[in-house]
Amino acid sequence: MNLALLAPALAIASTVMGLLVPRAGARGRFAVFGLLGLSGLAALGAGIDGLFAETPRLGQLPLGLPWLSWHLRLDPLSGFFLSLIGLVLVPVSLFGPGYTREFIHGRNAPAVLYVFTGLFVAGMQLVVLADDAFMFMVAWEVMSLASYFLVAFEHQHAANRRAAFLYLLMAHVGALAILLGFGVLAGLGGGFTFDAMRAAPQGIGWASIVFALALTGFGVKAGLVPVHAWLPEAHPAAPSHVSALMSGVMLKVAVYGFVRFAFDLLSVPHWGWGVAALLAGSVSALLGVLYALMQHDLKRLLAYHSVENIGIIFIGLGLSLLFTASGAPLLAALGLVAALYHTVNHALFKALLFLGAGAILHTSHERDMEHMGGLIHRMPHTALCFLVGCISISALPPFNGFVSEWLTFQTFLQVSLLESGALRAILPFAAALLALTGALAAACFVKVFGVVFLGLPRSRNVRHAREVDRGMRAAQACLACLCLLFGVFAVPVVDALAPIAKMLVGADLAHATARGWLWLTPVAPQVASYSAPLVLAGIALAGGIISLTRHRQRRVHPVRRASPWDCGFGGLGARMQYTATAFAMPIRRIFEPVWQIQEQVERTTSDAGGDDERATVIHYALHVDDRLWKLLYEPVARWIHWSARQATRIQTGRIRTYLIHSFLTLLVLLWLIT
Amino acid sequence: MIGWLLALLQTLLFIASAPLLAGWIKRLKCGLENRAAPPVWQPYRDLARLFGKNVVVADTTSWLFRLAPYVIFGAAVLAASVVPLVATHLPTSAIADVIVLVAFFALARFFQALAALDAGTAFGGMGASREMTIASLAEPAMLLVVFTFAVTANTTNLSTAVDHTLGGGFVLRPSFIFIALALLMVAVAETGRIPVDNPATHLELTMIHEAMVLEYSGRHLALIEWANQTKLMIYGVLFVDLFIPWGIAYEISAANVAIGAAAVAAKLAFLGLVLAISETVMAKLRLFRVPGYLGFAFMLGFLGMLSHVILEVG
Amino acid sequence: MQSLDFLPLYDQGILVLAALVLFTSFALLGQTRMFGLITVFAWQGGLLAATTALVAYSTGQRHLYVSAALTLGLKALFIPWMLKRFVIRLGIRHEVEVLGRHALVLIAGAALVVFSYYVALPIVRLSTLVTRNAIAVSLAIVLLSMLLMITRRQALSQVVGFMAIENGLFFAAVVSTFGMPMVVELGIAFDVLVAAVLFGVFFFQLRDTIDSLDVDRLSRLTENVD
Repeated sequence: MNLALLAPALAIASTVMGLLVPRAGARGRFAVFGLLGLSGLAALGAGIDGLFAETPRLGQLPLGLPWLSWHLRLDPLSGFFLSLIGLVLVPVSLFGPGYTREFIHGRNAPAVLYVFTGLFVAGMQLVVLADDAFMFMVAWEVMSLASYFLVAFEHQHAANRRAAFLYLLMAHVGALAILLGFGVLAGLGGGFTFDAMRAAPQGIGWASIVFALALTGFGVKAGLVPVHAWLPEAHPAAPSHVSALMSGVMLKVAVYGFVRFAFDLLSVPHWGWGVAALLAGSVSALLGVLYALMQHDLKRLLAYHSVENIGIIFIGLGLSLLFTASGAPLLAALGLVAALYHTVNHALFKALLFLGAGAILHTSHERDMEHMGGLIHRMPHTALCFLVGCISISALPPFNGFVSEWLTFQTFLQVSLLESGALRAILPFAAALLALTGALAAACFVKVFGVVFLGLPRSRNVRHAREVDRGMRAAQACLACLCLLFGVFAVPVVDALAPIAKMLVGADLAHATARGWLWLTPVAPQVASYSAPLVLAGIALAGGIISLTRHRQRRVHPVRRASPWDCGFGGLGARMQYTATAFAMPIRRIFEPVWQIQEQVERTTSDAGGDDERATVIHYALHVDDRLWKLLYEPVARWIHWSARQATRIQTGRIRTYLIHSFLTLLVLLWLIT
Repeated sequence: MIGWLLALLQTLLFIASAPLLAGWIKRLKCGLENRAAPPVWQPYRDLARLFGKNVVVADTTSWLFRLAPYVIFGAAVLAASVVPLVATHLPTSAIADVIVLVAFFALARFFQALAALDAGTAFGGMGASREMTIASLAEPAMLLVVFTFAVTANTTNLSTAVDHTLGGGFVLRPSFIFIALALLMVAVAETGRIPVDNPATHLELTMIHEAMVLEYSGRHLALIEWANQTKLMIYGVLFVDLFIPWGIAYEISAANVAIGAAAVAAKLAFLGLVLAISETVMAKLRLFRVPGYLGFAFMLGFLGMLSHVILEVG
Repeated sequence: MQSLDFLPLYDQGILVLAALVLFTSFALLGQTRMFGLITVFAWQGGLLAATTALVAYSTGQRHLYVSAALTLGLKALFIPWMLKRFVIRLGIRHEVEVLGRHALVLIAGAALVVFSYYVALPIVRLSTLVTRNAIAVSLAIVLLSMLLMITRRQALSQVVGFMAIENGLFFAAVVSTFGMPMVVELGIAFDVLVAAVLFGVFFFQLRDTIDSLDVDRLSRLTENVD
């Protein structure tokens, strides 16, 4: 427990250091991020310890109210999420010093950035360690408020201010729902600690209300559709290493909260809860990836992909709840392990992608993909690491994204054990939606990597971009290696996640790893098996052998370079390449009802000489907006304004009305006393 | 140990006979169109010629362009090692199940599309964009086929699937009829045959797959062509393994393997005939009609699933 | 639960044909051309006749052979021929019906199939016949044909939908009670025949009155003043 407490302590030390260091000092910056990195290592160590501990470690802090001290708990679930926080924090701290160098001479004081990053990290770590509702909510609020200041860091742009306000608003709506959920459980259990809530008598009605509140509250923070609108606004507004933390870690803390509620605090799940989570997850996954395909701002696209991956995580969690309610604990464990595996995978590859986007932003000051291109020649290391991130998020073997999606599919395939025929007919449809989502994500990342790194550069900044410094490169390389390791060594990871499943659903996944470190057999060896190390070896071997046989030929006749095929017209330029918008056009046409599209083509002709009119300039404008904004958010905002206006009616300004108010209040209180 | 050796031999047999299947289909198509046909082993000569040629690479490309053919070929070889061709229960068939097999092709397609965008030309972008769109729409249909099969046979491992079908005798299932048809439609879409894509076109604006390999030459092009032929054969053998696996050897002996090889050769020849006839009879669809085609395949898969739930259980 | 493997081959064949009839119902939803619609309807009638004959063979109920022949003659041959003649005489052979939101209609159809499965579950559990699984399919055919009638504007498409409903009811009778009494069947068959003839007359009247066959134009009873 001491190691676990060391992590937030080091983060707060980083905060304090951030206040003390001078603005333009390299050593100060290294100190701040160094403390943050140590905090990450402490969290990683403590988390792994908690994951494999026999019994949960408890503790108490004398902070908080005098009669209500803070309870701490480090069990396998908290340990897993704590180590996840640490795993992402270390590369981000390597990335930080190089990236924040550009803020030294900027308009905003970097001290704000250092201070609130430390608070943000400390808040997240304390949320994961909390064992009572009070500490949980305080840490949650610290996390939300600190990240608000980080999102609003570059507040000179109106778009960033608006994004930060939306973020704060929705974070507090979610926090209110979570607080109400805790309130109901505390009322039922008679105390604020999680132990009291676990022991509370939970009827199906109240338990369902708590579940709905938890799904809403944590769904807002995690970014489930339809309460996801803050995600694509807030994540691009923050500095890139903070975006990596928010997208990679903060969303996972929301997943932690949901898992804690649905699997731990609520004792008996109902199958309807599983269906609700599955539905929310499927819709988020599909809409997230479809909206991501239409973006050409790189960070906004990555934010929408976070919505998609959170949807996939919730699909796994929903399946797990469904199987628990149907009395199949082994499959519930499989679903839970698949969801948690995807959680750590997403943390790794999303952080990697955001750091890559940050590197590009740092060196070329461009965020729009339509102005990039050919960066693989200028930034080779970043390109390689980003490629690993793209392959991982597209769920392709042998990297990590594939293993968790494969496990989710294997869980889906066992639905024939359910009794309800209607569910057995509808769940394959959800599985098909997941397959569609995965394939569309691959299409999107072909677009991203192809338009950003390949081809010819489309603007001056990008043409003269330079590779970033060692720290930023090392951070990306670290995450890329982790993506490969988590993909190839799938069996040890599943072994590590098994204690969590045992604690929460009571079933062991020993059969999944029974055949050694090479073979992953989630249900049984004859049902399905996957060997990631052999896949990697097979592809490398086959490609390598063929390549070696051509060695002599390559030496005698080296590869000749010439210009690409241009149909004989010549003069190929950067403008003749496919743009990101063009790449996604077929998908836009096919799935048109999903978005709100405004497309405009304007032709201005040169001279109107008789019948011979030639168009010289053609303007094409495309606006793709979120349909849910108009359908859900604007009506809700209008309704709130309307009801606020109605409420102001009691302010008439006349003295007699206020006297009437006081009089009525006195009458009501007198009646209540009797 | 001997199992691994046999698996290696089967894989080599697989990739060695893939061009033969392509040559056979070409011969049938020429016969149906009343043209003079090249000999059946012409694809081998084409591959040998391409391997001997020098490589010319566009000067706008990067290392990814030169790496991609090896990754594509490697993925195809690995996929070929997983699918049982003449014998089941070889060790390599446990490396991957059907879902992983589909993911191998997705990996190859990912690198192919990136290599197309690497050249910085409009054709590459066009081919990559169309190919990724069609592949995305084919995935749900393919998954429903796998799903419906898996809920009946309770496995996605191909060797176990063959065992299940062989052990049950001849059973007429409505769900299998639907998903067999859906699998054929998805296979046509994934391998880029008519009516989704014309592999013999030379008009760049009508190309989907060919546009992605426009810049390749020499041994790189040979590897990609070979990988494509292997992919077509894999889909054929997948169909045979799932629906008509009789004749395959489940005990390794010389006689069994010979019978298995003859059986699969006959079935592949028949499937080749079906493909040649359908390519001759149907015309290539407009790009924005392909979603309707794949939606129909999806509907067939879903009907298969519904038939299973409604008609086959209980 | 008894699985498919244990049924004899003829019973498996019945289930295969039932699935194919369901497929034709979906195909009806997706057809846009008049001739295509009538052809699919003819195939549905033919498959129904084959199913009835197979049930007759499998269970030994001879009167079902007569039903099968009647269905084949009327539903698969005569009525489609008559409808095709109407199409040619009305001159709507080359008209293409515009389906609003094609994908939504098919998804609604799939949802209806799942719904009819859910509704028919108690009946299926009670029945002991070998064809009990197909009861849900017959209900689905009825519902899908009603969906066809709702989503179409051409009068002829709606008539085909009406005939398809009758197909579904006939199929329901065959699989749940091994057919109806012969008198009832003959009466219904002739009613359908008469209905087809009357519809034909009605088409010509409609076209003469409002100069098109679009039933959405029959809105004189509305309260709105145009």
